[in-house]
Amino acid sequence: MGKVAYYPGCALEGSGGPYDKSTRALVKALGLEMENLKDYNCCGAMEVKNIHPMLQTYLSARNMAIASEQMGLDAVMAPCNGCYHNLKKAEYETATSEKAMETVQDLARKADDPVYKGDVRTLHLLEWLMEELGTEGIKQRISKSLNGIKIANYYGCMYVRPRQIFPEKDQGPGSESSYKPHFMDDLLGAAGAVNVDFPLKTACCGGAHTLSDSDTSTQLVLNIIQAAEDAGAEVIATECPTCHSGLEMHQIRAETEFGIKTNVKVLYFTQLLGLALGLSPRKLGIHENISDSVGYLKEKGVI
Amino acid sequence: MAIHEKSLIEPERILSEEKLVVDGVDVSGSWNTMITPRYLRDYDDDFEAVIQKYAGGENVHRCWQCGSCTNSCTMYAQNVQFNPRYWIYLTRLGLKDEIIKDKDIIWQCVSCNKCTNICPKDVRPEGVMKALAHWMEEQSITEKTPSTHFDETFWEEIYHTGRIEDASVMMGFFKKTNQPLMQDWLVVFGKRMMKYLPIAQMAKMGLNFIAKPRTKSWGKTGEVLKAYVQEQKEAAHG
Repeated sequence: MGKVAYYPGCALEGSGGPYDKSTRALVKALGLEMENLKDYNCCGAMEVKNIHPMLQTYLSARNMAIASEQMGLDAVMAPCNGCYHNLKKAEYETATSEKAMETVQDLARKADDPVYKGDVRTLHLLEWLMEELGTEGIKQRISKSLNGIKIANYYGCMYVRPRQIFPEKDQGPGSESSYKPHFMDDLLGAAGAVNVDFPLKTACCGGAHTLSDSDTSTQLVLNIIQAAEDAGAEVIATECPTCHSGLEMHQIRAETEFGIKTNVKVLYFTQLLGLALGLSPRKLGIHENISDSVGYLKEKGVI
Repeated sequence: MAIHEKSLIEPERILSEEKLVVDGVDVSGSWNTMITPRYLRDYDDDFEAVIQKYAGGENVHRCWQCGSCTNSCTMYAQNVQFNPRYWIYLTRLGLKDEIIKDKDIIWQCVSCNKCTNICPKDVRPEGVMKALAHWMEEQSITEKTPSTHFDETFWEEIYHTGRIEDASVMMGFFKKTNQPLMQDWLVVFGKRMMKYLPIAQMAKMGLNFIAKPRTKSWGKTGEVLKAYVQEQKEAAHG
């Protein structure tokens, strides 16, 4: 597969800083090759499609065009579920509708932007790691086991739904499942974690309305956190900055507004994998999480 | 395509009299099963076509009323009044007044895509929810919802710079919806954030807030997109 264009997206530049930090540290430690997507733009997140769907399609296609036309790369790797979802969706829309492709190319010419030709594929960081190394590759590189810490792997909505836009999922053994995703379980399991049986892997955290309908979001996050705790999890592993911030924010909000205290820690899967590779917590931005897991990780002998 | 609806007996049509005696029998209070008849004459045959012209509503005519959307719906699990299948049914029948009864909750769709994922007919109910919410805003049936305020704040930033910056989107949104920035939980959140945050990271975030991240080659992209959306909306809604 070789080199990919790394698309951090706006969230990883801001509130998802620790995810960006730990992704870069992890990729470097694993010896994989990626190059920053040059001068990227926002993918449209969850919001812009509501102004007009073509905005989201175009914004996402523009990023893919930068990768192919300006960097000569045929793959964009995104750790953020929102970015990943939107780029996949643009890939799907333009591949299945000539009109959509024409519109995208036409807008690009008008704006003097690079023109998307449909020759780029997007993958999520999880998919890239599984493709490049797989669980065996991770096992060989582990220097420090995760000591059986109990993890609930939380994937959220955008990584799996709607399944139509993810043609590489659900392709039998070895592929990711849109119904019961397992790539994060596989990787963290290989690093010595115990994955609890967690029923809400792809439940919604209410991220789209995290501020505009906070009570709903708090309730949805509580469902996830309480289900994880019921399943015996000490940590919820995340792979999306919006889910991650949502869990952290609404865990606090549930406590301050509704007096419901929960104890599960929230960590990016890249931070956990990085620890297993022997990287320092500071390098992985663990102190920058709002969810304070330092004491817990020390107690477990992971740091 | 009639499917028997959820109960058509609304509380306001159940007769009740505080004091009533009929043939010497006291029947004060709610009269069991004494219900005023209801006639539906306000069909708007063109309503489905109106919703189809809103982004997301294009496939509403494909619905077969299987109920998979409501069955899988994240919001339905929170509130049983949140019923995409029912609203799609009403849209197709053109029963606008019935839909308007739920005007305050339709916008709450969280776009989790469980419905769009499972729909056997590719109706894309999530899109229909957005279409209905936008129709109600444009008809002034509802005020602009918080969700739309957020979407617009978001798009404005992208239109100008090609990117967004978390803190300013958040503040712009609070300003638009007249919310204080000093909400209890946000203060606690901020404090916990500061607890361990390295100075360098804090400085970077502060800098990002002041000097917005920009896509340098953004050029006229924002303008071109804005013009396109304008054109599309005029073509769809006149």
